[in-house]
Amino acid sequence: MFKDPEARIVGKESWGDYFLLTFDSPAVSALARPGQFLMIKVSDEPYPLLRRPLGIHSRKDKTLGVFFKVAGIGTALLARKTPGETLDLLGPLGKGFNIDPCLAGKPVLAVGGGRGIAPLYFLAWELRALGASIKILYGGRTQADLPLADKLRAEGFDFACSTDDGTVGRRGLVTELMEDEIKAGGGSPPALVCACGPDPMLQAVALIARDKRLPAELSLESRMGCGFGACWGCVQRIRRDGKAEWIKICEDGPVFPAESVVWEKESP
Amino acid sequence: MSDLSVDLGFLKLKNPILAASGTFGYGLEFEPFLDLNRLGGFVVKGLYYGPREGNPPPRLVETPSGLINAIGLQGIGVEAFIAKVLPKLQALDTAVIVNVCGASEEEYVRVVEALDAEEGIAACEINISCPNVNKDGACPAFSPESTRAVVREVKRASRRPVIVKLSPNVTNIVEIALAAQEAGADAIALVNTFLAMAIDVETRRPKLGNVLGGLSGPAIKPIALRMVYQVASRVKVPVIGMGGIWSGADVLEFMIAGARAVQVGTANLVDPDACLRILGEVEDFCRRKGIERLEDIIATVKT
Ligand SMILES: Cc1cc2nc3c(=O)[nH]c(=O)nc-3n(C[C@H](O)[C@H](O)[C@H](O)COP(=O)(O)OP(=O)(O)OC[C@H]3O[C@@H](n4cnc5c(N)ncnc54)[C@H](O)[C@@H]3O)c2cc1C
Ligand SMILES: Cc1cc2nc3c(=O)[nH]c(=O)nc-3n(C[C@H](O)[C@H](O)[C@H](O)COP(=O)(O)O)c2cc1C
Ligand code: FES
Repeated sequence: MFKDPEARIVGKESWGDYFLLTFDSPAVSALARPGQFLMIKVSDEPYPLLRRPLGIHSRKDKTLGVFFKVAGIGTALLARKTPGETLDLLGPLGKGFNIDPCLAGKPVLAVGGGRGIAPLYFLAWELRALGASIKILYGGRTQADLPLADKLRAEGFDFACSTDDGTVGRRGLVTELMEDEIKAGGGSPPALVCACGPDPMLQAVALIARDKRLPAELSLESRMGCGFGACWGCVQRIRRDGKAEWIKICEDGPVFPAESVVWEKESP
Repeated sequence: MSDLSVDLGFLKLKNPILAASGTFGYGLEFEPFLDLNRLGGFVVKGLYYGPREGNPPPRLVETPSGLINAIGLQGIGVEAFIAKVLPKLQALDTAVIVNVCGASEEEYVRVVEALDAEEGIAACEINISCPNVNKDGACPAFSPESTRAVVREVKRASRRPVIVKLSPNVTNIVEIALAAQEAGADAIALVNTFLAMAIDVETRRPKLGNVLGGLSGPAIKPIALRMVYQVASRVKVPVIGMGGIWSGADVLEFMIAGARAVQVGTANLVDPDACLRILGEVEDFCRRKGIERLEDIIATVKT
């Protein structure tokens, strides 16, 4: 992990509240793995104080991308940055998805809810390079929450989407789409499910994976003070050797095996 | 080159900048970002005798120029620290200070005794001021009597210099500082965090799992500085000042107010190399002002 105080922004796209920034950061990009994240400074002044965690969305040569939804003051400031300006970032941080070479040739399911699509895009490209057959399920409240749908389709990814209001794709939850998909897959269940999104969605994914006995990895979120293990601010309940503990997700995560995550309201 | 070293009497620091407990992990987390040997020193995360769970999340909430934390002193405990972390710190050429916690006087003593057998520790900093472990932020630093009791026991048990870290959540900080000095403190460090709170207006729920937490960062600097000034004007032992330090100018303010050394806390979380940036700014100031010995600036406020 490094501090790159001057990652030059080279590209910007936006769709309503969603933004994609790409920037040159050769040292960080060389080490980046899908599921890892960056801590990005949003202001030169001490307000807002903390860096904001964002998943690594894409990598191309020496550039990296972040894809984010404006959620408050920090992401709003970040959304104002333009090409030519620089970003001050720490990365790559945390441990990403477990991309085992033996996934080559096997089906993998990536399930993203809303902005949770961010790290799955990088994952999809890496899995494609490995020769896995990746299918992306992308869900949101309404069509405007699926800004990357056209791009995924255009890039030839096997892809399906859902919206709560049915404006595009299947009406309903992305986890319902996941159940359909597993049913349709019949004899060849996914060798791995990777998911990122809001907690209730992740918990539903974990439940389906448990019922169908599928290995699944979930990318969790939490408030982060530092992003590199120094403050113990970012903990989530994780089961280790049968014992539930508060584990720093910035260091040991943010990606965890689904069965190790302890939910606030335990599922049946 | 100005001489940036400062002498605490029991310990000479190459420069006055220490990283503060709880914001610097066990030190090693920062190795990818800076050369630890360039620091005056650092204080490791608070240690109880055994491992500790800490508080339920959310443990952090940001406020304007401030951070409220309610970590609850999660940590590995002194035995694991000695076995797994300390050997790596012993190779360093900087002052390693251990922040000592306890649920009782006996526990503080047990931690200090366990550390006494080990090498490579410059001093113990007795944390009698964490706001996040007892109801309403209660801690020994709330009264002169309980301060005196803990410090006396720890002093009796420890072969090392003892720095006592005070809470700002008191009416009369000077009274507590004098009690710590009387009980044998070799130095006084202040301030720990200010007891604070934030509420989500949509849900009317507290924004922290622990309801209350401790405020740190630039938001607290003027109050922390006032307390350091008041204490340094009254005690004889060296004072280590902290609270919201973000720049070289902040360090100088604390030193001019009377601090012999300072600690940088929350800034480390935002910029893991903050201590070195701040040190560079202090150096620049000395060069610009023709200050040969930084120590000459201590307690020189013109009132
Ligand atoms: C490892 C990790 C990876 C992430 N990756 C992405 C990503 O790729 N794209 C993306 O859009 N978002 C991502 N997030 C969430 C993103 O960090 C938050 O949306 C952002 O920090 C909010 O900052 P803000 O200043 O805009 O909002 P604030 O004004 O600070 O808060 C606005 C709202 O966001 C919530 N919030 C604040 N901080 C966090 C946080 N750290 N995690 C979750 N919610 C938070 C608050 O509860 C509040 O409701 C990620 C979070 C983590 C922990
Ligand atoms: C996340 C966090 C954890 C902390 N943990 C400890 C601790 O374990 N022991 C301690 O004495 N102080 C602890 N503190 C207090 C700091 O050491 C320091 O006194 C305080 O934050 C004020 O300095 P600052 O404004 O520069 O951060 C902690 C502060 C923060 C922000
Ligand atoms: S964010 Fe600081 S320890 Fe994880």
